This record gives sequence, structure tokens and C-alpha cells, in this order.
Amino acid sequence: MSSATTEEVIDYSVTPPLVEGNPSLAKINDSIALPTERWPSKKYFAALSVTLTMLLIGVVALGYTLYYGIGMWGNNIPVGWAFDITNFVFWIGIGHAGTLISAILFLFRQRWRTGIARAAEAMTIFAVMCAGIFPLIHLGRPWYALFIIPVPNQHGLWVNWNSPLVWDVFAVSTYFTVSLMFWYIGLIPDLAMMRDRTTSKVKKMIYSILSLGWRHANRQWQHYEKVYVILAGLATPLVLSVHSIVSFDFAVSILPGWHTTIFPPYFVAGAIFSGFGMVLTVLIIIRKVFNLEYIITKDHLDKMAKVTLLTSMMVAYAYLMEPFIAWYSGSPFDWYTVVARATGHYAIGFWVMIACNVLIPQLLWSKKVRRNVAVLFVISLLINVGMWLERYIIIVTSLYRDFLPSSWHIYTPTIFDFGILIGVFGLFFTLVLLFSRTLPVVSMSELKGVTEGAHPHHNFGAGHE
Amino acid sequence: MSEKRLYGLAAIFDTPEKVVAAARAVAGRGFTKYDSYSSYPIHGIDSAMRLKRTRIPFVTLVAGLSGAVLLVLFTWWTNSVDFPLVIGGKPYFAWPDYVPLMFEMTVLFGAVSTVIALLVVWLNLPRNSHPLHDTEFMKKVSKDRFGICIESDDPRFNEIETRRFFEDLGAESVDSIYDEPVDISLRQKVLDPKFIAAIVVVAVVSSATTYLALNKMLLIRPWSSLNAQFKVNPESRSTFYSDRFGMRPPVTGTVARGHLPDPITVSDNIAAAEKYLVNPLLPTPHVMQVGQRDFNTYCSPCHGYFADGNSRLQGQFPSPPSLHTDSLRLAPDGLYYNVITNGFQGVMPSYARQIPRKERWAIVWYIRALQKAQNPNGPEAK
Repeated sequence: MSSATTEEVIDYSVTPPLVEGNPSLAKINDSIALPTERWPSKKYFAALSVTLTMLLIGVVALGYTLYYGIGMWGNNIPVGWAFDITNFVFWIGIGHAGTLISAILFLFRQRWRTGIARAAEAMTIFAVMCAGIFPLIHLGRPWYALFIIPVPNQHGLWVNWNSPLVWDVFAVSTYFTVSLMFWYIGLIPDLAMMRDRTTSKVKKMIYSILSLGWRHANRQWQHYEKVYVILAGLATPLVLSVHSIVSFDFAVSILPGWHTTIFPPYFVAGAIFSGFGMVLTVLIIIRKVFNLEYIITKDHLDKMAKVTLLTSMMVAYAYLMEPFIAWYSGSPFDWYTVVARATGHYAIGFWVMIACNVLIPQLLWSKKVRRNVAVLFVISLLINVGMWLERYIIIVTSLYRDFLPSSWHIYTPTIFDFGILIGVFGLFFTLVLLFSRTLPVVSMSELKGVTEGAHPHHNFGAGHE
Repeated sequence: MSEKRLYGLAAIFDTPEKVVAAARAVAGRGFTKYDSYSSYPIHGIDSAMRLKRTRIPFVTLVAGLSGAVLLVLFTWWTNSVDFPLVIGGKPYFAWPDYVPLMFEMTVLFGAVSTVIALLVVWLNLPRNSHPLHDTEFMKKVSKDRFGICIESDDPRFNEIETRRFFEDLGAESVDSIYDEPVDISLRQKVLDPKFIAAIVVVAVVSSATTYLALNKMLLIRPWSSLNAQFKVNPESRSTFYSDRFGMRPPVTGTVARGHLPDPITVSDNIAAAEKYLVNPLLPTPHVMQVGQRDFNTYCSPCHGYFADGNSRLQGQFPSPPSLHTDSLRLAPDGLYYNVITNGFQGVMPSYARQIPRKERWAIVWYIRALQKAQNPNGPEAK
């Protein structure tokens, strides 16, 4: 049955990204709703069992951490930030590619985003959820997390508005809220379509509640489209601000290796780079597990690989600029940090980072590589590794050799650090898998809007006015 | 059951071209209560329906600006008014630090208000009771067809003529949509056993939950490793000492820092005072300033600013003598020091707890200066 349904659907894999062959609108509905309507394949359960196992490992490691305190981790003065903040910065960065695809490419009228935007937005939300765990558990006493929020309290104290750590709370929670609303607003028409096609009473009730009674009426679409543009316009500067503010956590300190003005753009570029690496990883898994190769085509992967290559070179520029400024400033502490990074205890991590983030992405200049899914998948995994290491190197190698040699200290992660790291990846991919099973992974209403003949005068760029 | 009411006529078209043309025709006929339906926004249908531009962007603008303004007011009030706090040597109102937050609040307020305004004000959602829901028309529109529905409330609506009008426009099918009011009995049977059982269950569950939450869960020590430590706190009970107090009195004879007892008490021994209590300070300007400050603070309420007994508490307390008498002018420094330290004849209390030792000596210098100023040719000058 499944193969018959797949054959009915137009094979987009050899076509340009805009939907060609004029598939009927009904077929778009059928093919995108398919994963949510039939019992998932063995591939799905195999993937889910792996991610759930990872999640369980994380739960155990986190349980130990909460019960015994963060002394279970390798953190110690002067390396007070290590895996936890590395993970925080990493996951916030992952989210940025999703917003870039859904908001910035939307504003630039990049219609190929239609096929991947929904999944990328979902990825943003899940990544920010993963990131949000880390500042909380890093507190050591997570029940005091409320102190960072300016609510009246019996001490009469307010938060320190001058601190980037407070800005972080506002930026990340705003980012999460806006991303969630953007995603949900996009989902409403699709949920209404699911509501109208489902035969199950329970599903019908759920979809009815979630779609809020959307009627596909043009007097609704008229306002809806404007709001979508506004949200995209708000999310675009927001995404740039979030990682800038995260970078302020480092840049406003006086620590050599952190105290540089290049950090905000450097972090934003790195975030988009790592995010596109993760989008590639996630989409390659989704299209494989759910047989969606005909919607998330090689052209999509090709285009994302190009963005990855571009941002890789922006990151490379930052890597060059850091030692240059350290040398040019004449500060012996800055220069020592650069030398300690490249030759010190963590030199292996540093060179692996350079290899994964700068050298290996150069392969993407070749069109053959960009269109080879297996190679692309490996490259995307290596980018994830490289970008995770980048944050690790920035944090740990700046801290472990600070101004006073008497406080120098080699940081070694413990098994609990690794357990939480594995667990949060498990959480992320579990959420991705559950999402792609329960909601349409591609926006049906947008995809219909870009098919040929969808508009009376076949006006390109007319999907949204 | 109440009567079915005709909500409107809904026509299905099979291509976007036809629906745009039909929408133009419907608008041209002067219909106002109608809408066109499609599962994606069709380009050009807004102008065909003669719709005005949406005003939602104004909501975004106003809400976004209010977000920024509210944030500035809030930061200003918290850090400059309610709890003024110097942070990093910056002014109380360090506005450049608030710029990132102003931006975040602009986005947050703008986005949330826009979405709420869209859903609640403009679209009047959630609404799952619309007559068009669950109709074949809605299912077709949701899938791959396009529709137009004219409501029966429209003044130009006429069931037969409108149906013909749709058919002339090339409609694939024309459906009558009925508004079927659901018959809901609002009268609840209060004594229904099911209802009573439900109330009892809810009451039991909620009171049990409340009891457990307030009396048990709140008292659980969350994570004992940091809160409970193996030490005796000042207020905790001791199992070791017979009096059961965790806090112990200091060893007999313990002297606090800076509080060594004076070597001699000289209330009635002027000779010893002259011998053992000699002012260790020199009358530098700093010492005189400290002496003046302390004299004005501690002594002047009774002795007066000029040590003449003419004070602001005169008549309310036993009046002290003027310090400008000959005998007092001739008294040694040690006498003054001793009186400040130990009090005088039960009338003046001891100031040993309020005034550190060096400052007592500074006060003595200041009294000497007052005496000199009042009477430059006094007996001690000779």
C-alpha cells in the first residue's frame, strides 16, 4: 500500500525546488498527511528506540546531578563553566538556523524554503528547549531559578539590569515565545486541513481545538498573511540579537579569549553555521525515516549546503581574526591564550574544531558532494562536532589558564557531563521524531501556494502578498 | 428540536481562476456578506473582493513601542527608585545597558499582541461552532477546491436567484448550508446521583491533594546534600552540652578586638589620672574634626554645642554643669576621659559602647579647644 501511495506522488527528486508537474492539490494533502495517518514503519521505531535510550541516559545523569549537586561534574574553579554552558550556547545556536530559514528566507521570498521551513522551525523550538535546561541545572540549586526573573520578593531586591546574564533570560524566553507563536500560526491552516480529512473522532477533536476553528476564508487569510509577514520581520532581528546577547555573557568579562568585540557577529555566524549543520542532519534523517525524499529534495540539501559553506567561511574569518587581534593588541595575556589554545592541553580539540568547521566544509564547493546525501550527512555530523567543540574551546581554554598561574587547572569532564550531553541529544531527536509523526512536517498551505497554476496569473513570488 | 435556519449558499469552483472571477462578480453584484474559501491564500482575490488593507500592523507598532517604554520605566523604577543600587560604578539609570532589553521587549510585546489581536479580535477565534464546519463544502475547500459562500443575512440574498447566479458563474456544485442550533438543556439536575458523586470525588481529590501539598510536600527537604551539614548551628540543639544550647558563651575573660579594658579607673583619683591617663593624640586638624563631630553627636544634646550647659534638652534632663569653670579647666585630661568612659555619679551614663577609645581622646581635645575659645585667659593659661 505504501509503495503504491509513494508512486502516486510526483517524484520531485529530479526537479527544481519549486513544485513541478502540477500535482493536484489533493495529492499534496495526501502525501504530507501520510506519516501522521498510518502506523509508523520499523525504521521509525528503530530511530525512536535509539533516541529514547539516549534520553534515558541523560535522565539518569541529570538525576545524579540534582540529587548530589553539580559536584558530580568536572567543573571547578577556575573552569566554572564547562559542558553545561557549552551545551547552552550550542543549542541556542542550533535554533538560529530554523528561524533563519523560516523568517529571513521568507522575507527574501526564497520559495524553496517551503519544503523545509516547518521542520526547521520545529527544530528551533526543540533546540531552545534543550538549551533552556542548562542554565537551570548549572545553578546547582535550580529551585532558586526564580531569582533571575524580576518579580517582587521579600528581600526587596530586583535583578541586575546591567548584567548580560539577565539579558539572556529575556532574550532566550522572548526567542522561544516568538518562535513558538510563529510555528503555531503557520500550523493553524494545516491543522484545519487535518481536521477536515481525518476520520478518527479523537483526532478530529484534537485538531479542532488546535486549529481554533480556522475556515480557510479569505477574510481570514487577508489578516493572517499580514501577521505572518510581521512575525517574520520581528523574528529576523530577534534571532540576530539572541546570539549577540549570549556572546555578551563572554565578551563583557575581562578574561583573555573572551574579551573581544568580534564576539557578537562571530557567535551569530557560528550559530547559523551550526544550525544549518543540524538542519541537514535532521532533515536527512526525517526524509529517510518517513520516505519524504520527494518533498525534501536534493535541491533543498544543495541550497542548504551552500549556506553552510558561506557561514563556514565567516566562522573561519573569525578564527583568523582572533589571533590577529590578540597579537595586534600587544597584550601578553591575550597572546598566551591563543598559544595555549593551539598548543596546550586542549590542542587536539582545537585542531579538530578547525578541521571540522573550516577545512571539511570546503568540500561543499563541489556540486557532487553537495548532492551526495551520504557524504553530506557525514559532513553535517562533523560540523555538529566541530561547532560543539568551538564553544567548548572558547569556554574551557579561556578559563583554564587565567591571569594567575597559581589558579591554573586542567578541566576533565566526568561521566555525568557526558551522560547529560548524550541525554540532551536524545531529547532533541526524540522530540523531532514525535513531531514528524504527529504534525505535518511540510506546510501544506504554503506548498499548495507554490504549485504551478495555484494563482490565476501564475505570478511568481505571489505566495504571500 | 428547533428549526433549521438557512445560513447561506455555498458554491464550489474547481480552479482558482474561476473563484477569483466569481468573487469579482459577487462583489460587483453588491453582495457584502460573503467570503471566498481556499486552502491557501490566492493572489489577487483581495482586490477582486474589494477588501481594504488590514490594520493589524498598527497593533504591532503600538504594542512594540509600549514594550520598550514599559521596560525603561520598569528598569528606572526598580534600580533608581525602589532599590537604588550602584552597580559597577554606573549611574542608577544606566540606560545604555537597557537597550538590548528594550529591543527584546519591543519584539515580545509586538509579536504577542499581534498574534492575540489576529486570533481574538480580527478573526474571532477560537470558534468551532460555525455553520460551515463539518460540511462537505468545508471538506472540499480544505482539500483541493475553491468556494464562495453568500450568507442569507445579505440584503440581496434570494435563495433561488443566488443559486442561479452561482450556476451561471460556472460553479461545480451549490450547497445550502444550514445553521442547526444544538439543543442544550441548561437546567442541571442538582440531585442527579452522578452529579453528586462527581462533586464528592472532586472534593475528596482536591482536599487530599491540598493536604498533601501543604502539609507533606512543602516540608520535604528537597536535596539534602547542601542543606544539611554536619555542624552545630548557633540556634540548634546540642546533644553534647548539659544545657543543650548549641551556641556557647565565650571563655571567661575573652576580650573583643579593640576593647581592652582601661588600665585604671580614676573617678576619684586625680593624681593617678594625671599619671596614667595621658592624651595619646596630637591636636591635628583631623583629630579636632573627629572630636567636634563626636562632641556634637554625643555630648551636645546635654552639654550644649559650646559645653556651657545651654543645650537643646535643657530642662528635660538633669542639667550638666558648664565645663568652663575654673576647677574643670584645671582638671587633667584623664578626668574627662574617665567620665566619658564610665559616666558620672549615675547622672551621665557611660559612653564606652558608643565611642571608640581614640575618639574619646579626640573629644577631650575638642573640649580643651572649646574652653580656650570661651576664655582665652583662663587659669590654665597662666
